[in-house]
Amino acid sequence: MSARTLNLSINAFFIVVCLLIALPFVLVVSISLTSEDSLHQFGYQFLPHTWSWEAYRIVFEKPDSLLRAYGVTAFITVVGTVASLLLTAMIAYPISRRDFHYNRPLTFYVFFTMLFNGGLIPFYILMTQYLHLKNSLAALIIPSLMSPFNIMIMKGFLDKISPEIVESAKIDGAREFRIFFRIVLPLSTPALATLGLFIAFGYWNEWYNALLFIDDDKYIPLQLLLVRILSQAEFLANSPMAEVSDKLRFAQFPTLSVRMAMAIVASGPMLIVFPFFQRYFVKGIAVGSLKG
Amino acid sequence: METGMPEPAKRRTRSRGKADAARPAAQSRIRREIRMFRKNRELLVLALPGILFKLVIAYVPMVGLILAFKNFRYDQGLFGSKWVGLDNFEFLFKAQDAFRIIRNTLLYNFTYIVTGTVAALLFALLLNELSGRMIKMYQTTMFLPFFLSMVLVGYIGNAFLDFDNGYLNKLLGYVGISPHNWYLEKTPWIFILPLVALWKGVGFSTLVYYAGITGISPDYYEAATLDGATRVQMMLRITLPLLKPLVIILFILGLGNIFRGDFGLHYFIPNNAGPNFPTTDIIDTYVYRALTKLGDINSAAAVGFLQSVVGLVTVVSANSIVRRIDRDNALF
Repeated sequence: MSARTLNLSINAFFIVVCLLIALPFVLVVSISLTSEDSLHQFGYQFLPHTWSWEAYRIVFEKPDSLLRAYGVTAFITVVGTVASLLLTAMIAYPISRRDFHYNRPLTFYVFFTMLFNGGLIPFYILMTQYLHLKNSLAALIIPSLMSPFNIMIMKGFLDKISPEIVESAKIDGAREFRIFFRIVLPLSTPALATLGLFIAFGYWNEWYNALLFIDDDKYIPLQLLLVRILSQAEFLANSPMAEVSDKLRFAQFPTLSVRMAMAIVASGPMLIVFPFFQRYFVKGIAVGSLKG
Repeated sequence: METGMPEPAKRRTRSRGKADAARPAAQSRIRREIRMFRKNRELLVLALPGILFKLVIAYVPMVGLILAFKNFRYDQGLFGSKWVGLDNFEFLFKAQDAFRIIRNTLLYNFTYIVTGTVAALLFALLLNELSGRMIKMYQTTMFLPFFLSMVLVGYIGNAFLDFDNGYLNKLLGYVGISPHNWYLEKTPWIFILPLVALWKGVGFSTLVYYAGITGISPDYYEAATLDGATRVQMMLRITLPLLKPLVIILFILGLGNIFRGDFGLHYFIPNNAGPNFPTTDIIDTYVYRALTKLGDINSAAAVGFLQSVVGLVTVVSANSIVRRIDRDNALF
């Protein structure tokens, strides 16, 4: 096989792989753009029989719950990311300082939580019975505030700051707090941006803690809203009374295309932002994977 | 390099230490610790919020592992509840659930590790044979599912698996196979779940391996080209052997985490539908259901205890194997 045919066949291979990966997502978009009638008649199709913006019109016509969920998600993403970055950097910086006397025990203290944990049930009891955080925004932010993995990545970045800079600042009489906030943090802006993106994506996609701690409609983030929509619809479809209740209740729940439109609207911003930031992710992965 | 302390001062301390040799060693050690503490206290204060946070969120729940040996009641609390010895474990293993969820967790995770590694390695090697702009595009496309939340993946799964409208049943209809009610069946999940896991994760792992390949020094390839090696030879004789440590390490670390299941994958894709539990339920989903539905919190605590402890053992042993292969790449 010549180099040219080899090249062509590898390209063909990847085009097929990429199609297989992208098409499932395209299907959801298509469904959201298909008229409800043709969905009932023909099922889900990649090329809608009849195109329609109806689903999106319905979503935006009564956007109350969607807007509130957007607000919750935006809030936890912004507050969570800022707080998480600050806390992570504040503990990663001493660990990264080779002249810090408690370097090794502190590293172990952080790292051990990556290897061992109390598991879901003790954590749930702590959060609800002792910290009383059920149904609060804090319950969505706190659990993922300090991931040991992020601390290790941050430490990897901070390792690269040359000790001479810190040294000379000390000679000038600067104290550690000042050095950290005035020199180290500004110097690590690229690192903070990369890690901040990771953290922000995590908060935007947050559903786990919401599933555990949120019942109150006021605090439902986007992903939990999607969970509820899908499980309600599925419950109806699979319950023995489905046929009886179908006609009666169908109107109360989002119809097929609206459901998918909701999913698209909820994850849209992420998908638009994602390609632009992929570069940073790749950098972060390279750092994180080569030495965690 | 020791910082802060000027050289003469250090010498002075040392000589004074020698002169007072009669003084108990412990006392001088305490003194040194106090001095060290004062020297490092600012950095310590900087780390303090994080230390306290970890203490409450990560370390305090470890105490809760004792629940596995108690009959927990919300009104009696963690410490008030009665000790019951190994009763929770006995109940757990009698109920047969334990066997099922542990088997599912282990088998699925093992499948994910193997299929993920093989596919990602293959993709990375092939990507490396290409040049130009297309690489970026392939990477971006393959990476996309990684950023979708499992909830959204559940929606995508539903678009395929829905009984009435799903695309899969439609495809099967074309070849004359009658529609399946996927959410109510058991066997298909053995294939569906690994497929979804691969779809979601392969882009990420490919990037990791591809980053590893691009880290290989070009000198090897130049020398091989001079000797007239073909590209396939270079792939098999240079790239693969040099990538082997990374592959082995990630594989073993994956095995180390084999007791920790992917809750999102096993909860949203099978849509938490009872009839498919025999082939989809894993430790993590079981514990979650026991906690939130009216299930049995005591056996959930018992299985959670097993997961934490056995998980620690597997991670530590996986790491010690990695250490033996290549010290630099061990986690700790």
